[in-house]
Parts: sequence; structure tokens; C-alpha cells
Amino acid sequence: MTDEPLVRWDWIARNWANGGPTAISALLENHIVMAFLPVLFGLVVALPLGLACVRWRWLYQPTAALMNVTYSLPSLVLFSIFLSVTGLTRSTVVIPLTFFALAVLIPAVVDGLASVPDPVRQSAVAMGFRPARRLLRVELPVAVPVVLAGLRVATVSSISLVSVGALIGQGGLGNLFIDGWQRQFYTPIVVGIALIVLLAVLADGLLVLAQRLLTPWSRARRTA
Amino acid sequence: MNWLAGFFGDAAHWSGPDGIPARLLEHLEFSAAAFLIAALIAVPLGMLIGHTGRGALLVVIAANAARALPTLGLLVLVVLLAGVGTVLPVLIPLVVLAIPPILVNTYEGVRGVDADLRDAAYGMGLRGRQVLLQTLTPVALPLILLGLRLAAVQVVSTATVAAFVGLGGLGRFIIDGLATKTYADVIGGAVLVAALALAVQFAFLLLDRVAVSPGVRQIR
Amino acid sequence: MITFEDVTKRYRDGTVAVDGLSLEASTGAITVFVGPSGCGKTTSLRMINRMIDATSGRITLDGQDVREIDPPTLRRGIGYVIQQAGLFPHRKIVDNVATVPYLLGWSKKKARSRAMELLELVGLDPALAGRFPFQLSGGQQQRVGVARALAADPPVLLMDEPFSAVDPIVRASLQDELLRLQLELRKTIVFVTHDIDEAVKLGDTVAVMRVGGRLAQMAGPATLLTEPADDFVREFLGRDRGIRRLSFISAKEMRLSPSPSDLVIDEDGRALGWRTADGLAAYGTFNPETDSLRVALDAALLSPNGTAVAVDEEGRVRGVAGRDSIDKLLGEYAPPATGPAPGGSGGGSSSGAGDSEGAPA
Repeated sequence: MTDEPLVRWDWIARNWANGGPTAISALLENHIVMAFLPVLFGLVVALPLGLACVRWRWLYQPTAALMNVTYSLPSLVLFSIFLSVTGLTRSTVVIPLTFFALAVLIPAVVDGLASVPDPVRQSAVAMGFRPARRLLRVELPVAVPVVLAGLRVATVSSISLVSVGALIGQGGLGNLFIDGWQRQFYTPIVVGIALIVLLAVLADGLLVLAQRLLTPWSRARRTA
Repeated sequence: MNWLAGFFGDAAHWSGPDGIPARLLEHLEFSAAAFLIAALIAVPLGMLIGHTGRGALLVVIAANAARALPTLGLLVLVVLLAGVGTVLPVLIPLVVLAIPPILVNTYEGVRGVDADLRDAAYGMGLRGRQVLLQTLTPVALPLILLGLRLAAVQVVSTATVAAFVGLGGLGRFIIDGLATKTYADVIGGAVLVAALALAVQFAFLLLDRVAVSPGVRQIR
Repeated sequence: MITFEDVTKRYRDGTVAVDGLSLEASTGAITVFVGPSGCGKTTSLRMINRMIDATSGRITLDGQDVREIDPPTLRRGIGYVIQQAGLFPHRKIVDNVATVPYLLGWSKKKARSRAMELLELVGLDPALAGRFPFQLSGGQQQRVGVARALAADPPVLLMDEPFSAVDPIVRASLQDELLRLQLELRKTIVFVTHDIDEAVKLGDTVAVMRVGGRLAQMAGPATLLTEPADDFVREFLGRDRGIRRLSFISAKEMRLSPSPSDLVIDEDGRALGWRTADGLAAYGTFNPETDSLRVALDAALLSPNGTAVAVDEEGRVRGVAGRDSIDKLLGEYAPPATGPAPGGSGGGSSSGAGDSEGAPA
């Protein structure tokens, strides 16, 4: 092992796109899909649920407690439990990761809406906004930075957590870790870590960019 | 459900080095060791950075890296590099992954203390260390405990995955079960780890009740 | 006595917060630093207990340069009260007040009993001692802040806009409380505020500062009102300076006339009202022993015949003061002539003020 280099570039070249399901490019694609679906589902569910929690205050405590419990469960535990329901499929990874995303996104939506300053809300009411329009035109835009911050956390976590799914055969780039471990071979492991971190940084950067474009006003406030 | 009955009902699972008690003890040992090392490093460091304001960039990097780094990849790489078969190397990724939540929350907690309060503390003649220990720490305690809680849960979780690289503990049931397609063991192990994670969570909530001054808890 | 000798504070970016400040804050008196924001009043205050160190010049406390004293030791001997009280949220009220005694190594028992004394002194219910700060109102918290500053009985008290975050009614009562305490304690107090009315009410001496950290004028409140040094001070003092100045003239020397027959008095000697064709009319009273000329004038204006009723502490009528008596006293306290008269009081003129260069921003 000692003379084995950390990275063998020829291995990467040979395995980048060999056409098979274990090609690095195929795993990368798989990884992206499995990482982003949970965030997408999470957002779709978290928005109405978060709104409901703001509208009906009593809902928030139990929801937050449930999300807190979910978040404290190791991903491998949730994968294992879903294994008995959905078998060795992608869903076994995507469904638990959706719960993790929810655990981050629901509080983000609630906090985001709570971050709307009271005078802003009041003046919107005073100007004659009806509730639905006020939500769409005033409260949601103001909440965007907080929601996006949650989205960044959820996305980066999701990208990293997918790899644990490799233990049940559905881990995208995580499969490289298993491969490397079994063959005592560093290169796939290093490639896997590098690609996952790169993917996370890229996704995070895109979300930061999105926030700049969506909320030009918050930038000015931050630098002030 | 019958899987659960199969796992927990099997007398063989309750004794010997592969039994639930022994595995639980192992899991607790590794987790406690990693957690303590991480806390001993991250709490003082976070307090120092929060108090002096120097090194804040380190905190930001740690926070982001902790989320992006894949646990499994880190475990596999470190153990392969250090040599298979020894336990100590496995502790490294466990500690590394436990540091950021403690560091970030301790830092945020200390830094977030009201400027007026800091001012009043200095104004009354408290020295730097007294300000940190008598004023900033008690007020930041809820966040420090939150960081410790997140780290503890993280350690329990990572220790489970670490069974894959040969660490003992409750993760063995899951990993071995997956290898042999004994799904009763997988689910049984999962339930045990879940229970442990929740117990840890609960213990920290209790600690929060006891340790945090009611005067501080009300503000948050 | 606290002395500033040519004290300047210049920040690294070149901003000058305090510029060549020289003044004295007398022992046992309240000295108020007042001015618009950016005038360096808070910086000046914080240089006394070395929360900020001066760039040049000297600040002495009873002759000793504060820079020769280690800051924490210096601060433990100086009470410090700030705007939001800055109470420790995690400590009960009694322990908040006992903070400095604890630091000085007093026993817990002694420190706490001292804290209880102080809570009473500042007019707080001792039952609040076991509460946490969040359970108190803003006004109560501010009283605790004052008690905490007084805990180790420091000879000097620094107060940085202590009452500006509470509502006007609470503020007025806190101010009265401070004046009452000061009669008893005779501390050397330096008080910072942006509110000129507060400055004039509390200060034995008022230092008006202008933006850029320069002293514009330092004088007693009455002098300040009658003889503002320049346009900036005049502008800052605002309207009604003449009327407000009357607050500083005692009504003691008012010549009283015996009460006329149309003032109805009951058998205890208390006034019931002025007799008029339509029945009894309202009246205004003042106590010549304790009240100011302003109160007497106000009392006169409240009576239909322009006559103020003088009463003693029990409210018994001692006589009346008509416009002529008030006028005479007013005349005795006319401001001294100081060369060519500076233009008017500035208030109520209908012509635009655009011809003058206006106040510095």
C-alpha cells in the first residue's frame, strides 16, 4: 500500500466514461439526480407546510419537534428502515433525504416569514394588500434570503449524504468509496471525495448567485 | 414488524462479544471518546475566536467543509491510509466531523452576545477572562449546548457508518446484515442506533434545562 | 474632581471624536455632557474609565492620571450606567447589583445585603431581588442599573444616556429619583445625554459639545439659558429659553400681599377658589419656599385675575402675589447686558431664517 500513489490519473481516464453503469460519469449523473430530487421535493412540501405553520401557530411546535427528531437520526438508520419498504432502489435513499431536507427547509421557511419586519407587514396591510397578495408580493420576497440560506444547507448536506447510500448499493459517487475500500485502492476514493466536494461548492455557488439575482436589495443591506 | 421480533427475540443477540449489550458499550465508548476530544478542542477554540474576533474565517470554512465532506469517503480514506485493523485512525474522522458544529455554535454564541452587555461587563471592571467566563459563556450557553448536541448526534451517526471500515458498535448489525442479506439484523440495528441517537438528544435537552440560567432561556 | 487637560481622541481612520477638550467636573456635582450625535460626548465619558484611551492629553481623577491605573481596578472604583442597563440576563437582580462587590472580593452575604439596601435606595421593591432582568420593565431595569453602579459606593458615577430608552413619564421619574439620590449621596457624576432639557434639569454644570468633539460652552444651566456663547448653543438650547430660565430663580423673595376678600378660604386655611359672578373660579398656587419663579408665574396665569396664591407645605394660604410682585422679581433677575444684543430669541418670527448661515449640521 505504501508505494501506491493517492491518484492514478490513467485509472480516471479509463473509467471516466467507459459506457458501463460504474463509469465515473454515470455515477456522477446518478449522484446529481439523487441529491437534487430530495431538495426539490423538500422545497415543494416545505413551502406550504411552512406557511401553514405560520398561519396556525400551534402546528409549528409539533412539526419542529418531529423534524428535530428526524434530523438527529443517522442517514444510514433511515436508509435501513426504508429498505424494508422500498427495497434496494433509489427511493430508499431519496425518501429519507427528502425528510432531512424538510427538517432544514421547514424551519427556514418559518424563520424567513418571521424575519419580515412587523412595520413592513403592517404597512402592507395598511396599504390595502389582501392576504394572498401580501404573501406573494411582500412577505415571500422578504423571506427569500432566509429560505435560500436553508436551501444551501439542505443542498450541500444532500450531496454529501447520498454517498452513504452506497452501503445499500445506491450511493452515486459513494460507490467509488466501496470500490476503493474493497480493492485497497486510493484513486476512486479521492476522486469520489473531490467530485462530491466540487459538486457541493458548485451548487452552493449557484444558490448564492441566485440569491444575488433574486434579492438585489439584501446585498446592499449586508454591506451597510 | 416480524423482522424486529426476529432480531430482538433471538437470545443469541443478547450475549457475547457480538451481542447487543457489548455492541452498545463499544458504540458508546468510541462515541464518547471522539466527542470528548472534539469538545476539548472546539469549545475553547470557538470561545476564543468569538471573544477576540480573530480567526472567524476558520469557522466559516469549518462549517462549510463539515457539510460538504462525505463521511463514508473520509472514513475509508483515513483508515486505508493509516492501515486497516487499528481502531485509533477511525477516531480521526469521527473527531474531525464533530468539531465544526461545536466550533460554529460556540463562536456564534459568544459573538452574538449583546454589545451593551459586554460593555457593561468591562465598564464594571471585569477583566477579559472574567468577561468571557462570567458573562459571555453563561449567555452563550444555549448555543454552545446546541453545538455539543449536534456534534454528539453526528458522532453516534458517523460511528455507525464506521462499522464498514471495521469499527465495532451497533453499526455492525447493519453492515453485517447488509453483507449477508439478513435484513432483520439491518432493521434491528437501525432501531437500536435510532434509540441511541434519540437518547443522546434527550440527554442534552435535559442538560440544557439544568445548566442554562432561566434568565437566559427566556430571551431566546 | 475629574479634569480633562487638552484631551484628543483620534481614530486610526483619521476621524477626530474629541478635539482638545479641557474641562473640570467638580466633586459632588452633576456635570452633563450634551450635544448632537457625533459630538464626542460618549467618547469623552468613556475615556474617564478607560473604555477608550485618549490619543493625547491627560484625564485626572482627584489628581491622578487615569492612565496610571490598571483599567479593571480603575473601573471598579467608578460606577457605570448605560442606556439599556446592560444587566446580566443570567443573574438574578440581587446578584446583578452585587457584581462589583463580588469582584472586590466581598463575602456573598455582605454583598447581597448591600445589594438589598441599594434596591431600596433606588426605590425598587425588595421582592424583585430574586427575579431575572427579563421579568422587569425598562424603567425598573434602569433603576437596577443605577443600583448596580452604586453597589461598591464609588465616589464617581458615569452615566451614558441612561434614561433615553424609557418613555417620557418614566424618564421624568427616574430623573427626579436621581436628583433625590444625589442630594443624599453627593457623588461626582458625569452624565451624557442628547436631550438639552434633561441636561438643564439635572446638571449643576452643563458642557455643550459640538460635532467634531469641541466644547462649545460650559456653564450652569441658568447662565447657559441666558447667555449662550454662540449661535450653535442658542440653536441647540431651542425655544423658550427665557421662560425656562425662570426655573432656576427661586420664588423665595417674592413680595406677598395679604389674601384679598374674593379668595375663598376654608377653616383649615386652604383656598377653595376665586369668587366670581358665576361661582368659584380656578386658582394656581406656588410654595415660595421651594418653588421657582416659573411655578409662580404659571400659578398667576392660571387665575382669572392674574394673581398667584402662595401656600405653605400643608397647602395653607400664606398670601398672594399679583402681577406687580412677579414683574418686580422678574426685573431683578433680568439677564445682564452683554454688549450689542444678539438677535432675538429666534422663535416665532414670521420672516424666513434663510438669511443667516444656519446651524452646523
